[in-house]
This record gives sequence, C-alpha cells and structure tokens, in this order.
Amino acid sequence: MVKLQELTTEEKFTSGHRLCAGCGAGIIARMTLKSLKKPAVIVNATGCMEVASTIYPYTSWKLPWVHVAFENAAAVASGIEAAYKALARRNAWSKDVDIIAFGGDGGTFDIGIQALSGALERGHDFLYICYDNEAYMNTGIQRSGATPHGASTTTSPAGTKIPGKPEFKKDFIGICVAHGIKYAATASPAYWNDYITKVQRGLSVKGPAVLHVFSPCPLGMRYDSEKSIEMARLAVQTRYWPVYEVEEGKYKLNIKVPNPKPVIEFLKTQGRFRHLFQPQFEKELEIIQQWVDQNWKHIIALCGEI
Amino acid sequence: MVQIMGLTGDEAIAYAAKQSKVDVVAAYPITPQTIIVEAFSEYVHNGEVHTEFVCVESEHSAMSACIGSSLTGARVFTATSSQGLALMHEMLYIASGLRCPIVMGVVNRALSAPINIHGDHSDMMGSRDCGWIQIYCENAQEAYDWVLQAFKIAEDPEVLLPITVNIDGFILSHALERVEVYHDKDVENFLSFRNSTLKLDPDTPFTVGALCFTDYYFETKRQQAEALKIAPKVIDKVNSEFEVLAGKKYSQMDTYGLEDAEAAIICLGSTAGTAKAVAKDLRSQGKKVGVIKPWVYRPFPCDQLLEATKNLKALAVLDRAYSPGAPYSALCSDVVSTLYQNGKQLNVFNIVYGLGGRDITPMDLHAIFNETLEVAETKAVKEPLKFVGVRE
Repeated sequence: MVKLQELTTEEKFTSGHRLCAGCGAGIIARMTLKSLKKPAVIVNATGCMEVASTIYPYTSWKLPWVHVAFENAAAVASGIEAAYKALARRNAWSKDVDIIAFGGDGGTFDIGIQALSGALERGHDFLYICYDNEAYMNTGIQRSGATPHGASTTTSPAGTKIPGKPEFKKDFIGICVAHGIKYAATASPAYWNDYITKVQRGLSVKGPAVLHVFSPCPLGMRYDSEKSIEMARLAVQTRYWPVYEVEEGKYKLNIKVPNPKPVIEFLKTQGRFRHLFQPQFEKELEIIQQWVDQNWKHIIALCGEI
Repeated sequence: MVQIMGLTGDEAIAYAAKQSKVDVVAAYPITPQTIIVEAFSEYVHNGEVHTEFVCVESEHSAMSACIGSSLTGARVFTATSSQGLALMHEMLYIASGLRCPIVMGVVNRALSAPINIHGDHSDMMGSRDCGWIQIYCENAQEAYDWVLQAFKIAEDPEVLLPITVNIDGFILSHALERVEVYHDKDVENFLSFRNSTLKLDPDTPFTVGALCFTDYYFETKRQQAEALKIAPKVIDKVNSEFEVLAGKKYSQMDTYGLEDAEAAIICLGSTAGTAKAVAKDLRSQGKKVGVIKPWVYRPFPCDQLLEATKNLKALAVLDRAYSPGAPYSALCSDVVSTLYQNGKQLNVFNIVYGLGGRDITPMDLHAIFNETLEVAETKAVKEPLKFVGVRE
C-alpha cells in the first residue's frame, strides 16, 4: 500500500477543466496521474473526461495526451505501444513510457469492447482504465451495458409500465479476465489508497491490465455534487461495488464488507432510482438486492472467501 | 540499377512497403488485399524487417492503431479493400484531420450488397472526401513506384497528409507481372527513416485530438485544404527525386496520344492500360484518339487536365463507380467542373462500367472510342451518362 507522503504534489491533471463539480472522472484522472512512477502517455476515448479537459486551445493534461475517437482507445494505445517498440528497434527511441487508456463505460462496455478485446488478446503493454458512471452521461444520460437494473436514463426512462432499465450490468472484469491478462481489478475513488496501489500494480505488469472504477456522477445519478465520494463509498459498503483484483487469474477481495448496509441505502440517495420507491415498483428493490447478493457471493467465491 | 521480379500487384505494394522501412503495419485481412498482409507477415516472421506488425481485430482498429503509431512518430503502412475501407471510414477523416502521414494500399473492390469480391472503385469513391491524397495505378510497377513515393510525399512537413495507393482488385492485385525493383541501398538514398519532430514524447508533451468547437474547427479544416493545395508542388518535387532513383518520371497525370488526339478516354487505374492498347491500334488506322489517366486523383490535377484536353473535341469519362442519383459519377463530375470552371467547351459524356469486376474488353473500348470520335465530329452528346457492359 502506498503512503500519502509518497505521492507527488505535482498536478499533472490541472484545474480549470470543465467537468461538473463532484465528477468522478476528474478525481480518477488526478489520482491516476499522482500514481505515476514513470513518464506516461494518455489515450482518451471520447467521453466526459475528454470533452471537458481538452477544449481547444486549452488542455488540462501536462503530459502527452491523445484522443482519436469513441470506440478505439485500446486500438490507439496498441498503435502507440507498437510504435515505441519499432522505433526502439531502429535506435530512434530509448525511453520507458507507461501507456494509459481511459474510457467511460459506454466507450468500454459497449462500443469499445471489440477494440479492447483485440488489444487484450494481442497482449500490448498498457493499462486500460474504465471510469464507469453507469450510463452515457456525456450525451445526456442514456443507458449503457453498465447501467444497473432499474436505473432511469433517457433511453430507459422510469415509465408507468417499465420502471427504468430492465437488464443487468455486464460482468466486465469477468470478460477481461477471460482473456488471460495478468492483472484486472475493480476500485472506487473513495478508497484512494487501494486505487493508487492498483494503478501502480497495473502499470508494473508486462502486458495489458484493466481497472474498472466506479465513477460517481452527480448529474446522471442525480444526487448533490458534494456527496460524490460518499456515494463511491456507499457503493462499496452496500456490496454493490465489490472491490477486488485478479492477478494471474487469482482473485483477491481487497475490501471486505462484513456488515453490509442494504442496497436501498445506496439507491435511495440517487434520483435515478427514485421511481423504484413507488409502491407498484417496490419489488424491483428486492430484485436489485438479490442481484447484489448473488454478485457478491459469486465474487467472494472466486476470491476463496467462502 | 534494377532487378527484375515477378510480382502480383499486392506483392509489389508489400515489397515497396518493406523497402520503405515502415515502423508499424497494423492491418486486417480482406480479399483481394490479403496477399499484402500475408507477404508482410512473412517479412516480419523471417526477421527481414524491424517493423512491428499489429494483427488487429478489424479495419477500424487497424486505422486507429495506425493513427496512434503515426502520432508517435512512426512510419506507418496499412492496406485494405471494400468493406474494410468502409469500416475505416470514420478513422480516415481522423487520420487526415490529425495530419497522420499514413500510406495505405487500397485494393479496390465493389461494395456490398450484393456481396462481391471483384474490382471496382466504389470503395474509394465512397470515401473520396476523407481528406487523403489518392493515387490510382495502372499496373504492378506503378503500384510499387507510387508506394515508395507516397511516404515521401505524405511525410513532407508541408503536406503531412495520409495517402492511398489504389490498385484494381484481382485485375492487378492477383496478376503476376514483371516489375523492376530498385536495390535496397538506392531506395534508402531516396527515402530515409521517418524523423518526426512532433510526436507523443513525455519530454515534449502536447495534446492532440482536442475538442474544437465553432471557434476553431473551421480553421483546422482550412489548414487541411491548404495542405492539399500545396501537395502538387511536393508531388512534383518527389517525382523528380524519384526520377534519379528510377530513371523514369511520374507526374500527376499520364497521357497517351494527346499530341494530336481529337477524341479521348479518361479513366482511372488498370483500364487505362487496355485503353492505350486499343488507342494504339486505332491510331495505326489513322484515328486521332488518346488516353488520359490521372495518377493523382486527389488533389484533382485540374491544370494537367486542362492542358491534356486543350486540343480535344470530345472526351469519354469512364467511371468504375456509380454515384446514385448524381448527374455524373465521381470522375466525370471532377472533369466537368474543371472544364466549366475554366470556361472550356468540350463535349463530355460519362460511361459507368465494370461494376463488381465486370470486364471491360478491348471491344468495349473500341466502341467507346468510335462513339467519342462520332461526338467529336457531330458535336452532339446523345446520352450524358450511360452504362456499358451491363444487361439491360
């Protein structure tokens, strides 16, 4: 575990960006860059982090940063890694550079999953960080493959018949682990030490590594912006967001939650679940609790905690 | 000094890319381009090149990886066809917008549906406005020569634009031809490694791919337009430098028989070869016909076209792609626009031919020449656009 005093005081992700107050993406970007031990290059998929941090002629990034499109951050990272290798072979490059790709849940779970799968299979040496705010927040809150069951978005609205999103969240880490990569982990910005340790771990392994981070979004999840870290902590304490890592296929639970709060505690603070508290949809709350329980059981079984 | 090799069009392109010392190839197989990626894979697996080959999972990722590599300062090559080019479409605009001097072999093939693997120009014409320099070749030799020149043109600091080198699917990609190749050392003297000053380097950090709103987007596009305007000057320069290596001079437009021709055909790619053979035959009978073949299609060589057509009385424009609903197909639109813009009166008609790889025979071209001669004489175009070689 890293110590606070070991972290750099330098801000490589500077203030002045146009992310919303309380946005998890900004917190995650800043913490990531504070974790760096080596020079790094950043690839950013189209999304909130990208549009709000690099409005020309301004940039928040004090390191090489590239954005190409929405669905291809992993492919662009592949190309950068390939270029460094080839240039080194003809003695035109000698620096050891970390490559980090950021994508939101839309750019990762959905439209970018093919490019990510290809890059993981080919074994490029880079760290992919999915900041998951559980919907297409940048385009105005549409459902994604990462949106949880029951959440109201503009394409899964809280209707009178269908109360929010009927489907459940994808097992993203399971998909990544199935590629046989050396390191994959979940994290929450409420646990900065765990997160920074994981960024460093992911960068230290040879080959691809993936982090899946809960990214609180005051706008899309609909809660007060000062409560973001609280929300990120509640997600973990209700067992909604299990924090674990998978190293060489071996699962480890990083944050134990012996006395979980009911998931309702997490749901009731967010406008996106408000409709579920109407009497006719109350069974949905039970369904979500069941999903949380099953998912937790599944993860801790993999972690050998049962 | 040259060496004679038997190469297919695809192999000629791969061999040129090898001699160009490309740093990264990111590519995905598709018929009829596949020979290129196969040939290059062999160079890599036999240790003949320093190139990093990224065997991507789609053409979309191929072009994405190429963009990443190019921005890192690498010399980058890829190749595709048809559906693959269509899948890349989004990335093509980003490659030119981010000023990545990527060179891509495009082995022209019809677009689905119905699915078809044979040669026509629908694929490239569908991405015509992607901001790339576009070159069309008549044979394997030209493909080899133009790939070598393409890197030098693309990477010129005044240009910094990607280039496609087009060959006709199967007709050129799979036909074995006699190709004169230059010695590695001579190629090296013509084209050294890429040395990019602006690249993703932590010592000189910069942001690339930023969001440009209404206040800056237009200027970046205007700069691209300027680069395309400057490109012909650089192409001329590279053609001259290439002449030292190859002993032959390319230009933006190839012509045949134009010194006295009254009627001519203008077309892209391999069809020009057949047209020249037919024209030769007709010229031996005293008929004043000629052939115009733009090597460079984008930027369109307007001045060269005006020069080539100045003594013509009729011109048949052959398009191996159809622009549905348009008055003319792509090449003819460019020809007519150029003539009109310069107040030039010329009887022009458009022929759409060869879709899905349908052969265009010497007999077809013979008839087209005769029709063009008739138009030259009567000064009357019966049909502004017609299809040749199709069952009606």
